[in-house]
Amino acid sequence: MIETHLSLLIVVLPLLAAPLVAILPNGRLAWAVSSITTFVVFLLAWQQLVNVASGNIISYELGGWAPPWGIEYRIDAANALVALIVAGIAAVTLPYALRSVEKEISKPQHSLFYSAFMLCLTGLLGITQTGDIFNVFVFLEISSLSTYALISLGKKRQALTAAYQYLIMGTIGATFFLIGVGLLYAMTGTLNMNDLSQRLPDLVEHRTIQTAFAFIMVGFALKLALFPLHLWLPNAYTYAPSVITVFLAATATKVAVYVMLRVIFTVFGFSFIENTPTDELFLLLCVAGILIMSFYAINQRDSKRLLAYSSVAQIGYMMLGIGFGSMLGLTATLVHLFNHALMKGALFMAIGAIVYRIGSSRIEDMAGLGKQMPWTFAAIIIGGLSLIGVPGTAGFISKWYLVLAAIEQQNWLIVAVILIGSLLAVIYVWKLIEALYFRTAAEPVNNIKEAPLMLLVPTWILVIANIYFGLDTELTVGTAEVAVKLLLGDPQ
Amino acid sequence: MMSISSENLMILAMLLPLVATPLIVFADRRPNLRESITLITAAIVALLVITLFTRVQAGERPQLELFEVMPGIDISFTIEPLGMLFALVAGTLWFVTSVYAIGYMRGHNEKNQTRFYASFAVAISSTLAAAFSDNLFTLFLCYEILTISTYPLVTHSGTEEAKRSGRIYLGILLGTSIGLQLLAILITWSVAGTLDFTEGGILAGKLDPAYAALLYALFIFGIGKAAVMPFHKWLPAAMVAPTPVSALLHAVAVVKAGVFTVLKVTIYIFGSDFILSSGASEWLIWFAATTVLLGSLIAMTKDNLKARLAYSTVSQLSYIVLGALIATEMSLIGASMHIAMHASAKITLFFAAGAIMVAAHKTNISQLNGLGRRMPLTFAAFTIGSLSIIGLPPFGGMWSKWYLALGTVQAEQWVLLGVFMLSSILNIAYLLPIAARGFFSPSAQGEQDTGIKEAPLPILLAMSFTSLICVALFFYPDPVYNLATLAVKGN
Repeated sequence: MIETHLSLLIVVLPLLAAPLVAILPNGRLAWAVSSITTFVVFLLAWQQLVNVASGNIISYELGGWAPPWGIEYRIDAANALVALIVAGIAAVTLPYALRSVEKEISKPQHSLFYSAFMLCLTGLLGITQTGDIFNVFVFLEISSLSTYALISLGKKRQALTAAYQYLIMGTIGATFFLIGVGLLYAMTGTLNMNDLSQRLPDLVEHRTIQTAFAFIMVGFALKLALFPLHLWLPNAYTYAPSVITVFLAATATKVAVYVMLRVIFTVFGFSFIENTPTDELFLLLCVAGILIMSFYAINQRDSKRLLAYSSVAQIGYMMLGIGFGSMLGLTATLVHLFNHALMKGALFMAIGAIVYRIGSSRIEDMAGLGKQMPWTFAAIIIGGLSLIGVPGTAGFISKWYLVLAAIEQQNWLIVAVILIGSLLAVIYVWKLIEALYFRTAAEPVNNIKEAPLMLLVPTWILVIANIYFGLDTELTVGTAEVAVKLLLGDPQ
Repeated sequence: MMSISSENLMILAMLLPLVATPLIVFADRRPNLRESITLITAAIVALLVITLFTRVQAGERPQLELFEVMPGIDISFTIEPLGMLFALVAGTLWFVTSVYAIGYMRGHNEKNQTRFYASFAVAISSTLAAAFSDNLFTLFLCYEILTISTYPLVTHSGTEEAKRSGRIYLGILLGTSIGLQLLAILITWSVAGTLDFTEGGILAGKLDPAYAALLYALFIFGIGKAAVMPFHKWLPAAMVAPTPVSALLHAVAVVKAGVFTVLKVTIYIFGSDFILSSGASEWLIWFAATTVLLGSLIAMTKDNLKARLAYSTVSQLSYIVLGALIATEMSLIGASMHIAMHASAKITLFFAAGAIMVAAHKTNISQLNGLGRRMPLTFAAFTIGSLSIIGLPPFGGMWSKWYLALGTVQAEQWVLLGVFMLSSILNIAYLLPIAARGFFSPSAQGEQDTGIKEAPLPILLAMSFTSLICVALFFYPDPVYNLATLAVKGN
């Protein structure tokens, strides 16, 4: 029973939990229900990945309507991996949320907060599970709308403008996507991605199809914050509540990258892209994004904003692999998708722990805190090293495959950009570490304590994952390679 | 210990310092216990490497595959002669330095001593792991851990100067290793399909000889720890660290990890035949030769004792790099031997410099007038170290220079022979005046009765011991020579 409906349960469980949580009294009960739901979803997502890890595809017909008429959930290694990331990050974020939310969000809003969180999770998981392109839009809107609400709960007043900014940009992106989908539907009469992939090859010359492609690309480039369409991201990450920053940074953009992969490789096929300037354009934007955004990161004074700009740069790395369109390149994209979720998750959690204690994320306010919060400090060091790509951490594996992919294409310019990007990362990561490590003599000794265990344990789970996946890549690289074979192979 | 297999001894040697680290941290408030843990661990590690050394000499080659990281790339360790030589030097000198450090850190009233000893242990662990690495990936991993674990040691004092030096240290070492060395490793991997250290190299026949020079340059400059100019600035910057760090890490472990990597890449990745046939090192030689001479010349201008020693190290490291680049049998033997010879001499010099800092609170050479008469042992040790660096008998430093010089003759590189000779003269010029000033110059006025005495006993013991090693290595260089020959000629 569970086995057959597994793919659906992953989406439906949080969806059912959302209204339930909303009517619960404020307090810990709402938190407990959402946590348990998330743990179950995580286990299901794990089981789903095990089911498809060998390269087979699960097709689930929603409501018993056969595709292409009904909505189909079509699971292969690629979705399963992304769903696992989303569910996994949610499962470590929620335990972390309890204390952090109590501190940052006023009590009457707690139930609604967890309810919105569940909806956001539903949306993100739905996007990964579905094989229907209109259904992607529906889930995209579910996740986006709840995200706007969650960001606006931030403590500072700027959170409202940040949420509004994201609302405008996100809606433009979603609208573009919808226009693209509409055009596809007008031309092919189908919304099922698998079905689309079979009908599109006959129509590639058609102007409408190319327009549709352009709309979808721009729409999702906005959602995943590809430079220069990233303007909503730094504010959203900076002013959102700590928990939401962690969750968004580790999952939202990743899911958008996944949709990009799906649309390009499953729906249209890379040969279609190669006939357009899209791949070159991607490479160009990525190169510019990696360099410019890294410089922006270096010049930030707020740690959350610094990491936000770094995220935009890192998205450039992910999109590079798509631009290459090669086996190695896509493996790098998927691996980095996974690894970047781990490192940014760990880093934002650690910053959140500092915010919990000192109420500020400004770098100058953190001077010398490393001594008082040694575990948080160590988490930032290891997360930072992973972000740089030091061997022994997850970030190194990403970098390894990315550079190999670039070497394979003999694209030495991009090799250089990736490596220079890492060096710039050294600078901005060390800016944080130096601030925490050295105490200025004038600073009075304050009695700040280490963060509570409820914050530290989830942080360290991610930190250890950063090291573990830097030394054992069977799950990440192994699954990614299976997924890439399916993406690049015959779409059947 | 005799009944334990060599594989397990190897693991123990790498793991023990790592296991000791949390113990050191927990003993934070009990300095005596903390130092005992360090000393006992260091003593066991020294015994372990000596036992391993006897077994390797007897022909054993323990091997250990831990796990696979990526398809085809695993973390694995083995002991081959060159790695044994490096591990022997680093492992035994750690014990000596630990003894010294106790005297120094207490005599100098340093803060944060727990962090100091803990970072030190991690650094040693990664040094030994680097020495035992069986492939380029494992070596690179250890190389980076070594960089990061020494950062808190370099910035130990926490002053603005330390912070600045820390930036230079990390910037150059991480920058070169990620920007150049990683690229070189990736190219090697994509060309050869393996990263295992193999006798005769893995690139011959797979890499277009026309690109060999480029790849080799990526390695030589990418291994920033070898301090070939223009990537040498981190080493003088690192001198802001407490003297035991400068002595063991920045004269032995860290810098030797750099030249050791250069030698490994030369012998086991390129293979000396491929380097000679492709001319990969033809123009790189001049960078190393320039570093040898410029390092010595800059050393002469430094009045700060540790800064002078640092530039001397820069220059001496390039002896080893040069030996690797010449790539003849003799030069490679000389380069390998110089790891041990320079280590014993330079650590003695740093020990002496630290003794002067602790006992007399003097850091500049111009302040040393007449100090040798109050601290005769310290200055005697300094003289011995100096003579060994210069390469005079009866001190160990002579042998490595001898073989390095023979190597240039073998390669008919007469200019390089001249470089070595000229550098020796420069060594005399920048090292001997220091000792001479101490012994023969009249003391500065008003300093007659400040009551300066010799440094504390642990310092003197450590210093005397390394001085004796310098002498012993002249009369009995066989262990070092045998390992070097085995590494270069193959088994």
